[in-house]
Amino acid sequence: MIETIEIDKAFNVAAVRKHFPALQREVKGKPLVYFDNAATTQKPQAVIDALVNYYSHYNANIHRGIHTLAEEATAAFEATRDTVQQFINAASREQIIFTGGATEGINLVAQTWGRQNIKAGDEIIISSMEHHSNIVPWYMLAQEKGAVLKIIPINEDGELMMDEFHKLLSEKTKLVSIVHVSNVLGTINPVKNIIAGAHSVGAVTLVDGAQSTVHLDIDVQDLDCDFFVFSSHKIYGPTGVGVLYGKKELLESMPPYQGGGEMIKDVYFDAITYNDLPYKFEAGTPNIADTVALKAALDFTKWIGKQKIREHENELLCYATEQLMQIEGLKIIGNAKNKVSVISFVVEKVHPQDLGILLDNRGIAVRTGHHCAQPLMECYKIPGTARASFAMYNTKEEIDSLITGLQKVIKMLL
Amino acid sequence: MSEHKTIDEIENEIVEEFSLFDNWDDRYEYIIDLGKKLPPIKEAYRRDENKVKGCQSSVWLVAHYNNGKIFYEADSDAVIVKGLISMLIRVLSGQNADDIVNAKLDFINKIGMMNHLAQTRSNGLLSMVKQMKNYALAYKLKNVV
Repeated sequence: MIETIEIDKAFNVAAVRKHFPALQREVKGKPLVYFDNAATTQKPQAVIDALVNYYSHYNANIHRGIHTLAEEATAAFEATRDTVQQFINAASREQIIFTGGATEGINLVAQTWGRQNIKAGDEIIISSMEHHSNIVPWYMLAQEKGAVLKIIPINEDGELMMDEFHKLLSEKTKLVSIVHVSNVLGTINPVKNIIAGAHSVGAVTLVDGAQSTVHLDIDVQDLDCDFFVFSSHKIYGPTGVGVLYGKKELLESMPPYQGGGEMIKDVYFDAITYNDLPYKFEAGTPNIADTVALKAALDFTKWIGKQKIREHENELLCYATEQLMQIEGLKIIGNAKNKVSVISFVVEKVHPQDLGILLDNRGIAVRTGHHCAQPLMECYKIPGTARASFAMYNTKEEIDSLITGLQKVIKMLL
Repeated sequence: MSEHKTIDEIENEIVEEFSLFDNWDDRYEYIIDLGKKLPPIKEAYRRDENKVKGCQSSVWLVAHYNNGKIFYEADSDAVIVKGLISMLIRVLSGQNADDIVNAKLDFINKIGMMNHLAQTRSNGLLSMVKQMKNYALAYKLKNVV
């Protein structure tokens, strides 16, 4: 039924919304306004159907079985790998490793490539705007190896200070691991320049694409990054699955991450040979159902059209920015020239948590807190922000609800 | 003897007060008002060791013991949390350690706060209750030994 809903050329948000059953519900007696998309996106019916269909018709363990169900499940699982390869323009399907999410992808690189290559005195460059998931794994590695973390600072608008980045680069730099899009500020970082800079001193690069993959076109070959990670659930797919892309020679040189079934060729008690890429990094039974359904999410996004989504989200970003700036005492945190549809803000004399609770009481879901980016909060000397983040299905009317809601709750709180 | 109220009695009072409100805006207005009226904690107590863990906002909580009774002082940088603290202090402050440890605090559920707030760790309501009970428990243990 849902397939028959036409998405016209001009991008029809009402038609898009019909694909997302969760958007039809009410919260606290009001229509849900879901503005917590940077935390996770809602799922289209196509993704939910893919999950149900998998468990209803061809649930089986993959790669080993020779029966029909195992063949079908394997084919569907591997079809997602092909789709991901095209989605981020990887050169080959072997370079797509399925993980539990972006966080696991970063940890995998830290624990394999990192432990093999980072030595005492080496430097790892990250930035002030990293999510904890792109800080802690490197901190742990640096602690273990006696390596040093170097931090690219940001300016008032929430943009990386590129001059400072270039000053940090030296022959000691072994890795530059950088967030593509900030989950708090919405800033789109000039990762292509950063990668080129890192390569000029022979450093390896990792791009945390957790926030960027849903908003931007990703071309890992054009970026020339060595590693790229993202999570399915932030791009309309299921939770519990993510992707690690890596350059082939790097992935091949890295030791395995976890040991178990699937990742080996032959096992004797005195000698084990490991499987080829990508299976070397996929020990044990993977998250088959969610990986299968990730394909539906990526197909859906492509079908709606990434360019059209981007234009729609930009319109929402501009409109919301304009409207929010009208509110007295409200300050937007993050005014980068290049931004996705993520807006963090603080209101004078008001704690973000109070805003979050009272907006929820009006059916409006925003995120409040430090957004797993405590060092960034420290930069701005604030305990946290309220954050509204927009996806393909959000509307200007919903932004109007947010503005009206904010005006009312700020009055209540002051 | 005269005006000491039991935990149950105070809980019932709060439940009755909340029964007057027919919508959540009014309930929150009331809680915000309680929060604004709660006197701030002494600056000397605003230290990390007095912070309640598990709260998105900062909550400071200290207990004093006097004549077998426990008295609480608390503060927060978020006003709704402060209102909740104010209610917890009203119910528990000045009570015996035993009564505090055994208090069921059903009023949180009865006034609907459990549904509205207590489900996520971020608001810290349950952490506050736990910390208040821990102070009472610590007092009990110290005095048994």
